[in-house]
Amino acid sequence: MHEYSIVQSLVDSVEAVARPHAAATVHHLYVQIGELAGVDCDLLQTAYDTFRFGTICAEAPMTIERISARWECPRCHAAFAPGAVLRCSTCSEPARLAAGDEILLRRVELEVA
Amino acid sequence: MCQDCGCGDPEVVPIDVQHRILAKNDATAAHNRAHLVEDSIFCLNLMGSPGAGKTAVLEATARAAGNPRRFAALAGDLATDHDAERLRIAGIRSRAITTGQACHLDAELVHRSLHHFDLDGVDFLFIENVGNLVCPAVYDLGQAANVVALSVTEGEDKPLKYPTMFKNADLVLLTKIDLLRHLPHVKVEKILDSLSRVMPEPRVISLSALDDDGFGEWMQWLESRRAAMAPREHVHA
Repeated sequence: MHEYSIVQSLVDSVEAVARPHAAATVHHLYVQIGELAGVDCDLLQTAYDTFRFGTICAEAPMTIERISARWECPRCHAAFAPGAVLRCSTCSEPARLAAGDEILLRRVELEVA
Repeated sequence: MCQDCGCGDPEVVPIDVQHRILAKNDATAAHNRAHLVEDSIFCLNLMGSPGAGKTAVLEATARAAGNPRRFAALAGDLATDHDAERLRIAGIRSRAITTGQACHLDAELVHRSLHHFDLDGVDFLFIENVGNLVCPAVYDLGQAANVVALSVTEGEDKPLKYPTMFKNADLVLLTKIDLLRHLPHVKVEKILDSLSRVMPEPRVISLSALDDDGFGEWMQWLESRRAAMAPREHVHA
C-alpha cells in the first residue's frame, strides 16, 4: 500500500509547480498512471481524497488517466499482444516498453483571483 | 479575475507539466548510486515475496564466497531485525531498516542508513527489501541491479500476477530448487515461460541454499556485473 506515500510526493510536486503563483489556489490535478507502474489507480484516488485536506490540494479534485502497457520491437516497431512472449518473432529483439510505466503529474489548474 | 465577462469568478490557469511524481526519491537514489559507484561497490536491490528465501540466499552467498567481509547488507523489515542478525551471524556486516507499517524501502531510508554504515573494503552491498512483490518495484534505491528471488513453491504463474516486479528485474533467482523432487506438479519450464512474458530478457539462476547448488554461477554473475561498473568522478568536490 504505497499509494499513500505517492500522494505525499504528489502534493510536494504540486507545491513546486504552484509556488511561483503565490496568490493562486489549486483547482484541479491531472495525473497519468501506467498499467505497469505498480500503482493502483483506485487506491491512489482513495489515498488522495483522504490526505489532500489540510494541504495545498484541499480543494482540488484529481483526474487519473490510466495508460495501457504497450510493448514494441525496438527494430521493426511491431506491437506485442498482451501476454505474448516479449521477444520479436521477426527480428529476435527483446521488446521495449513504449508506454505503461508512467507516474506523472501532467497538469495543474490554478485559480488566479 | 475573469477577463471575459467581468463576472468576478477567479480565472483558471492550466499549467502543463511532465513531472515525475517520484522525482525526489529518484534524485536521492541517484545520489546513493553515485556514492556507491565512486566507492566501486556493486549494489543490488534484492526483492521477493515473504519467505521466498532472500535471507537464506545471502547466508549461502557468504558461505560460497569464502570471504564474507566483501559483503554488506541492509535488511528491510516491517517489525524485527531478525534478518540483519542472521546475516551478521553469517559474517556479513548488516544493518536493519525497520519500516514500521511501510511496505517498501525508499531511497531516503537507504541514504540515512548508508550514512551510519562503514563500507570500507566492501565490494557488494545487498539491499534486502521488505518481503513484498508490489510496492518495492516502484522505488529506485540507487542500486546497480534489481534481483528478484522467486521460490519454486510460489506458483508457476507468479510472474504473470506481478508483472511490474519482474519487468524491472535484471536477474531472477529461482530458489529452493531442492524442493522440486517433492513437487512433481511444478514444472520449471512453465515458470520460465511465465518470465518470458513479463521480462524482455529473462535471466534466471537456479539456487538451493540448502545444499549450495547454483552459487558458483551466482557469484560469477555478481563478479562480472561489478567488473562492468564504470568508474565515476567524486560525488562531493
